[in-house]
Amino acid sequence: MSAANSMATPALETPEGWSLPYRGTVGMAALIIGESAIFTIFVTAYLYYVGKSLTGPTPREVLEAPIFFTICLLSSSLTIHFAGRSLARGTRGAFLGLWALTIILGALFLFGTGREWHRLIYEHGLKISTNLFGTTYYSLVGLHAFHVTAGLVMLFIVLMFGLAGRVGPDQSARVGVLSMYWHFVDSVWVVVFTVVYIIGR
Amino acid sequence: MSSDELAIRNVQVGGRPWVQVLHEWVITVDHKRLGILYILYALTFLVIAGAEAAIIRIQLMYPHNQFVSPQVFNRMFTMHGTTMIFFVVVPVLFGFANYLVPLMIGARDMAFPRLNAFSFWLTALGGILLYFSFLGGSGLYGAGNAPDIGWWAYAPLPSRAFSPGPSSDYWTIAVLVAGFGTIGGAINLIATILCLRCPGMRLGRMPLLAWLILVMSGEVLFAVTPLSAAQIMLLVDRYLGGHFFDTQAGGSATLWMHFFWIFGHPEVYILVIPAFAFVSEIVPVFSRKPIFGYPIMVAATICIGFVSMSVWAHHMFTIGMNSYANSFFAITSMVVGIPTGIKIFNWIGTMWGGKIQFKTPMLFCIAFLFQFLIAGLTGIMQASAPFDWQLSLSYFVVAHFHYVIVGGILCAIFGAFYYWYPKITGRLMSERLGKWHFWLFVLGFHMTFDVMHFPGLLGMPRRIYTYEPGRGWDTLNLIVSIGAFIQGMAILVFVANLIVSYWKGDIAGNDPWDAWTLEWSVSSPPPAYNFATIPTVASRRPLWDLKHPEDPDSRYE
Repeated sequence: MSAANSMATPALETPEGWSLPYRGTVGMAALIIGESAIFTIFVTAYLYYVGKSLTGPTPREVLEAPIFFTICLLSSSLTIHFAGRSLARGTRGAFLGLWALTIILGALFLFGTGREWHRLIYEHGLKISTNLFGTTYYSLVGLHAFHVTAGLVMLFIVLMFGLAGRVGPDQSARVGVLSMYWHFVDSVWVVVFTVVYIIGR
Repeated sequence: MSSDELAIRNVQVGGRPWVQVLHEWVITVDHKRLGILYILYALTFLVIAGAEAAIIRIQLMYPHNQFVSPQVFNRMFTMHGTTMIFFVVVPVLFGFANYLVPLMIGARDMAFPRLNAFSFWLTALGGILLYFSFLGGSGLYGAGNAPDIGWWAYAPLPSRAFSPGPSSDYWTIAVLVAGFGTIGGAINLIATILCLRCPGMRLGRMPLLAWLILVMSGEVLFAVTPLSAAQIMLLVDRYLGGHFFDTQAGGSATLWMHFFWIFGHPEVYILVIPAFAFVSEIVPVFSRKPIFGYPIMVAATICIGFVSMSVWAHHMFTIGMNSYANSFFAITSMVVGIPTGIKIFNWIGTMWGGKIQFKTPMLFCIAFLFQFLIAGLTGIMQASAPFDWQLSLSYFVVAHFHYVIVGGILCAIFGAFYYWYPKITGRLMSERLGKWHFWLFVLGFHMTFDVMHFPGLLGMPRRIYTYEPGRGWDTLNLIVSIGAFIQGMAILVFVANLIVSYWKGDIAGNDPWDAWTLEWSVSSPPPAYNFATIPTVASRRPLWDLKHPEDPDSRYE
């Protein structure tokens, strides 16, 4: 076996139509599967402990469904989708505008979470150590808020590059990967909202 | 690469200042170097965790022995288990996967080289943090602050009340961080296998190793993440005063068990599927036959991947689940035996009628087949809930899972070392030392773990610090301990072989085994870019096609 590298290169043509998926998409899909499993465990714990707190306050007494902020977050999925399409078409202004709007909507959602936590802590005395409801509620909603925050940081970085003129149609696939993550964060909220504000009450 | 070139290269490496060489290894993003780092890291911890096992066995050699204090004994079995699972077997498997997958699928690197480096250093940080516990806290006195809560850390043991001081925090954070490293590695492997295959390598033409690593990585995504989630909850309990596993406030200790074993049982398959992968590559080459039943092997692996995620509560029969849950988990646990049995038949089918060459890698694979079969059979015994009620938490269980991990997984890993060492270093490992390693190890293994079943049947509980004489356990425990030391000697022969062969081994050439997968087409060790031109393949055995243009596989597949 003296032949070196050339040995692995039989005189074959690349088969026609040979194309493989984009690694970013596959990597993000894999990350989303893993993250879903993490959220599943937290949701399971939340549901398992519903109504098992030994002391108050209970979800029925203190929780109010954050309808407005939920609408904000869910509509940010639409804005990021259309931002991606504008980028692919090469309309830079529309892309930047929609992208910034996405960030604003996400930030509004985070503000909503912060306001709700402030109300729960200072008006109702519900802390993470108060009872099982506090522990599971702050952990689950907090885990989601952490993912929103991470997403916002990444969206913001793209916005900065965009303003500097570095994001064009060539980056469409990469921006699409980030957009996948953002859709995931939004859809997790649908689950968290259902569990915490509908089933859990 | 000729031997002259190799010599020149070595001179160049030797001529540079060692700081520069070290720096290159620390900042590397090359999948081959990271693979080697993973493997070396795992070997280091293998020796450390092996020493901990030796301490455990010395302590249990005689009744009423007081070689170490009970506290140190607890720390030893905790550290032994945690280290072996998270910092020996997982890294060594990820090391081989990292090294081999891009070479086998004809790629120049992993899909995300920097994520790859990040994952390795996270895993490394986890191990270092875990062992810093010996120094941290109250220092070396009394084995420092090493965790002593068992490798599964059942609640409420890791809570503040029962585990004051930072020892459990070391355990939690080390496992959490290493888990993130594992998840990162799995994402990377999936993206590599799905997106970077060379032209012509359809999924149905991938080497079985790539297929099995793909399934293993998928399982990591579903199974390691629950452990991360549970560790985060434990940290919330310990640092923020949460009540997830605090029974005083209505929390549930059972929930921790579920979360732990939702990770814990698939973890066994995460470890064993790469071992299957090694065997599936080695057995055909040394039987001089293509693998028997390739599509069935893939299907069986995927089946194992799915079924193994619904068996976890067979670790929990004794906590008092209802009979429906008991039946469900008993049945699913037995069902896993079916695809696993298919695999064993296929390996035997591959050997059947082949020209078997009993080189060291093949010897370890044959040992794997026998030992893994027995391990599976004792597993089926315990899948039966009433039987498990008798033997759960006894040395029978300890013998069973060591049979899986040592007799099965570790033997396959040894086979992989002997098989791919020439590719990684350019030199063959010594067959003579290899035979010594093999026979010593098999002898020691069977002395230890065959015999260990019996004290379990006689009622010896696991994790016991010492025992009364005259229960029929004395001689058995002595034999088990002697066997453990023979295994230790075998490991020393193995390490000596690794070191000696690096300088004195025969030059391997590109393809010392006359094998058929793409990694053997490049020089040993492969160049940094792997392939000068990206190869194109037309069958599952591209090198066979190349060596036998008159009768290529592509004609039949």
